[in-house]
Amino acid sequence: MRSLSAAVASVVVAACAAQAPAPAPTPAEPAAGKPARAPFSSTYAAPAAPPSLIRNATILTGTGVRIDGGDVLIVGGRIESVGQALTAPVGAVVIDASGRWVTPGLIDVHSHLGVYPSPGTDSASDGNESTDPVTAEVWAEHSVWPQDPGLEAALQGGVTTLQMLPGSANLIGGRGVTVKNVPATTYQAMKFPGAPQGLKMACGENPKRVYGRRSQAPSTRMGNVAGYRQAFADARDYMEGWKEYDASLAKYERDQAKGDEDTTPPKPPKRDLKHETLAEVMRGDLLVHNHCYRADEMATMLDVAQEFGFRISAFHHGAEAYKLAGRLGREGVCGALWADWWGFKMEAYDGIQENIAIVDAAAGGCAIVHSDSEEGIQRLNQEAAKAMTRGNLAGLAIAPERAIRWITANPAKSLGILDRTGTLEAGKMADVVVWNGTPFSVYALADQVFVDGVLLYDRAHPAAKPRSDFSL
Amino acid sequence: MRTPAFIAALLLAPALAGAQDVLIRGARVHTASAAGTLESADVLVRDGRIAAIGAGLAAPAGAAVVEAGGRPLTPGLFGGITQIGLEEVNLEPSTYDAQLKLAAPAWQHMWRPEFDVTPAFNSRSIVLAVARVEGVTWGTIAPLAADSLVIGQGSAVTLDGRFDAALPNSRTLFVNWGSAAHAASGGSRAAQYMLFDQAIREVREPGSSGAAALLQPEGRAALKGYLAGGRVVFFVERASDIREIVRFAQARGMKPVVAGGAEAWIVARELAEAGVPVILDPLENLPSDFDKLGARFDNAKLLHEAGVTIAFSQTISHQLRKNRQLAGNAVAHGLPWEAALAAITSVPAEIFGQGAARGRIAAGQAADLVLWSGDPLEVTSVAEQVWIAGNPVTMRSRQTELRDRYLERLRSGATD
Repeated sequence: MRSLSAAVASVVVAACAAQAPAPAPTPAEPAAGKPARAPFSSTYAAPAAPPSLIRNATILTGTGVRIDGGDVLIVGGRIESVGQALTAPVGAVVIDASGRWVTPGLIDVHSHLGVYPSPGTDSASDGNESTDPVTAEVWAEHSVWPQDPGLEAALQGGVTTLQMLPGSANLIGGRGVTVKNVPATTYQAMKFPGAPQGLKMACGENPKRVYGRRSQAPSTRMGNVAGYRQAFADARDYMEGWKEYDASLAKYERDQAKGDEDTTPPKPPKRDLKHETLAEVMRGDLLVHNHCYRADEMATMLDVAQEFGFRISAFHHGAEAYKLAGRLGREGVCGALWADWWGFKMEAYDGIQENIAIVDAAAGGCAIVHSDSEEGIQRLNQEAAKAMTRGNLAGLAIAPERAIRWITANPAKSLGILDRTGTLEAGKMADVVVWNGTPFSVYALADQVFVDGVLLYDRAHPAAKPRSDFSL
Repeated sequence: MRTPAFIAALLLAPALAGAQDVLIRGARVHTASAAGTLESADVLVRDGRIAAIGAGLAAPAGAAVVEAGGRPLTPGLFGGITQIGLEEVNLEPSTYDAQLKLAAPAWQHMWRPEFDVTPAFNSRSIVLAVARVEGVTWGTIAPLAADSLVIGQGSAVTLDGRFDAALPNSRTLFVNWGSAAHAASGGSRAAQYMLFDQAIREVREPGSSGAAALLQPEGRAALKGYLAGGRVVFFVERASDIREIVRFAQARGMKPVVAGGAEAWIVARELAEAGVPVILDPLENLPSDFDKLGARFDNAKLLHEAGVTIAFSQTISHQLRKNRQLAGNAVAHGLPWEAALAAITSVPAEIFGQGAARGRIAAGQAADLVLWSGDPLEVTSVAEQVWIAGNPVTMRSRQTELRDRYLERLRSGATD
């Protein structure tokens, strides 16, 4: 017991010294024969599953390619190959997908499942730490209730990966967590191995409304921007403090090595979780997901990011992203958007149904269909279908093999996991959905959903009991 | 005398291009009635009404002829029970008229059945055109309040942009029940029955509550009408509450309609026997609160199979166009297609007292029609032309204006 605590403590100290200001999750020495793991790191490991060969489907690979009469072979939880007339290995489960469609598992970059679960009780309303406009220190994962029945419903809609985010009450709301949509008792057992965390930031009306009502900053948009800038400026000072400490420590160690025993070791700065998070953002280790509706405010945020040397991975909600589509494409910033939500507040007044298609059409454009809704996450395919339809009517000529990227590869890119999931390519995680027909239809239903090659949902053989303890 | 023409011009809403007889030829006509679907049928519109349906109808002189080419034609869609025309922007209080908030004591706004939102309806709201160009020609407007039991009254309205938009005989009282009104009933849903009975007694015996009266004189008058067979929509979700309020309301002379009804399938047989319709959202499948633990995707299917009259309503004022997506999803979860179309056309028309006038494609009905690019319940289909009372709707909205401005910039390569 004592040795384990000591090991953890030493990890924290060592990490601080070596990698100030934010302690990276460094594996500890194995204590008492147990495998060490960094605090809060993923414990997810996909169970073993037999190989599966999905045969004779219409395949949308997520790379912009459509294969008619194609096969997908899954071995050892990975995509082994995608093509035609593949051979089933010994022991493989063969699925005849004639007349059906196959896509990568869907990915929702903006969900509050787990942090605002069903049922919506006071007890579990844990998505907004709305006690200070900057709460970069909080982590959404520490609010997640893994029994949220919405997770199983999302799986039945083909969602295999999602980012659970803090809400938008704050300028900087805290860290988001990317999880695989697998049954688990703990969030650690859902956590997408090695996925970077997100940082939730929010523009516009929400923070200034929440705090302005309390006669507290921010109460204006200029107050919002001052808030982001001061937070990053403070975090930069904090980084400097650690840099100085590192230099002093190095000098101290050199002096010690020379036998100079008169020198005293430098005192490390006090850890500050808020500054640590923002320092990680500025080092590029956390990906910024910015709730921001208006085009002019997105442009302001791009300038804030430039001032402090970080990147914005995606603007979320972006009702006016179509007004800034060219710049978003040039700067490689994704637009995570709704197909048709609009008008519920002034900053959403100019929302149009062609928003996603126009963001997609710009050179370098990265359009994403997101949900922000326990209802919408169950039908990302239908929302993509609506956006595709509007794009086609506007003359933008969007085929299903392109539109599927809005709910697979593009969200994977914005979450920093495109090298592992989001497309059907050899070597990637076997996150796969077999649909009863084209997914771009109101009548589309997921027949089978695989996560890492494991069949987690089979419409023809539904589980006898719900996955959530709550729903028993 | 210029005045009549001048008045006529004023009455002619901007959405309408002008009254003209129309012959829509060769459509796949979904009548939303017992006649079902007619392949390659013609529909003749005269003086704003459907004059005839059949094969090989002749176009009267001066009539516009629309070649449908086999495309589907439906009645104009019902957008649900919302606050359209009562709110321009939900979070801008000056544009929001659906909720009564008087000063304390709280029951001064909790017990105002005389609060009727109909006169606040803004037929020139930009939200109307957004719904209209998507084939939604009418809806029901209701007051909304989380902290009231008796919320107030609303009406069915046409969305064609005319000033006098309320449809006759559609006035309805709206009431929260169950956990929706928990805070307004002293912290117990048992008190909802107690308080409602007190209000009814005040109607029948003015002064019976002494100084603690719930109702004002106008409120007594308003409620009185509903106790004589008036239509009362109860927003209620839990099976036990549905069963109890239906019996309560019927015993007191009201004609109840269940709205929400997440657990209605559990009491489907009783609802069918009581002849009580249910207005539901077929996308409601999660236990989003403890009144909805029984929510499931096939609620609509199970109710339909038990013989309950069902209509669909999404609840967002800016999203009336989504109602047909609800219907399509109900089909995906087992409801027959024709029943799903009826649930967003003829059935809500019946529920809100409009069955004789609209909701079906039948001779004598108002010519509220939509010509679709494909299956009207499919998310990849769009409304290609909409008519309201026989007038072709101008298929433009503020959203199409924004779209065209920025598509032009995209195409011209203008920098942003």
